[in-house]
Amino acid sequence: MGIDKNLISSLFVHADTALIHGQRLGELCGHGPVLEQDIALTNISLDYIGRARLYYDLISKLEGNNKTEDDYAFHRIESEFKNLLLVEYPNKDFAYTVAKQFFIDVFYYHFFLQCIESKNQEIISISQKSLKETVYHKKWSSEWIIRLGDGTDISHQKMQNAVADLWMYVGEMFVPTEFEQAAIKENLMADLLPIKSLWEAEVKDIFSIAGIKQAENNWAQSGGKEGNHTEYMGYILSEMQYIPRTYPNMIW
Amino acid sequence: MIQNSDIQAEVQSIFSLLEEVKDPEIPVLSVIDLGIVRDVIITNEDIVIHITPTYIGCPAMGVIEMDMLSLLWSIGYKNVKIETVISPAWTTDWMTESGKQKLKEYGIAAPNKNSKLVRNIFELEENIACPRCNSEHTLKISEFGSTACKALYQCQDCKEPFDYFKCH
Repeated sequence: MGIDKNLISSLFVHADTALIHGQRLGELCGHGPVLEQDIALTNISLDYIGRARLYYDLISKLEGNNKTEDDYAFHRIESEFKNLLLVEYPNKDFAYTVAKQFFIDVFYYHFFLQCIESKNQEIISISQKSLKETVYHKKWSSEWIIRLGDGTDISHQKMQNAVADLWMYVGEMFVPTEFEQAAIKENLMADLLPIKSLWEAEVKDIFSIAGIKQAENNWAQSGGKEGNHTEYMGYILSEMQYIPRTYPNMIW
Repeated sequence: MIQNSDIQAEVQSIFSLLEEVKDPEIPVLSVIDLGIVRDVIITNEDIVIHITPTYIGCPAMGVIEMDMLSLLWSIGYKNVKIETVISPAWTTDWMTESGKQKLKEYGIAAPNKNSKLVRNIFELEENIACPRCNSEHTLKISEFGSTACKALYQCQDCKEPFDYFKCH
């Protein structure tokens, strides 16, 4: 049986997105706006990194090359990463952190709901586990969109600004690459088009409670899934990969 | 000749031994109380233990694995392997009743019986009782507590804060 390159690439999208997002959230450790939310953010970060580990494990099995999660996380270069651009965006302030989280939580909620019907048993297992956690994440981020959007004038303005700045990155979530198309056709991965309408409806709902206006311009930046990243990615990887690259083959 | 009943007895004895392996964060709970040991499979000289993580990113799992291996090696078992199985997904329903009681005595509110996954915005889990004074007049301070599996609550009667082990 040949190696399913399309499936592997599709899995990398979500493994890498989970890893980079977990890394960005980890930056907030000790820097959260209040203690309880600092803890919330780092707990969410752990969940995402755990998810990345599960995906890398599966990829390693499919590639059949004995690579470990560390090989994938620390010894690949920028152009090999397939994460969504959205998760590279810096945490300019808490509103940006919440908006980013909200956008991907709603996406992953619907994504995993579909993936539990995959033809691949391991994808089903990863999705069942991740779905449970995504329910918590989505609740957390939705509540904060509302608290900040429907908060003070300042919090409302900051939330509005964050949503406006991040809006051009959400489209990428719903446009499948060729390799994703192939995996979708084989009923291995979730179909992104139906997820788009579900996502739009849910975001609209929460935004209306929060009093947040959506941008009207729907032009979407893309390229992350093909290894073309924002300028932020270089800095993220330098920091994340620094120690393993500086001291290769070190063990605890 | 090894009888099936011998193997069964061996499996039971390993399950009992594993009561000695405690959750590093909540040392009153054993891995058996948590329901994370799913299976002990013995074939010839090899022992394979299936464990399942509570939360995917739980950092305690690595420590728990090492503790389990160390314990079994120290008793003389040589060929022991620990495998992580993620399906079916762990649920707090797998926590033993005695485990829940130990949690309460330790000062952590145990996951509610028959509780569904709370998913709607601003929805609260019902009737979380204070482990100190048993009052159900409690307030959620934060969804995420000292660990991913716990939420932070405060009792509105005795005013003490406490961790609640979330239903999952």
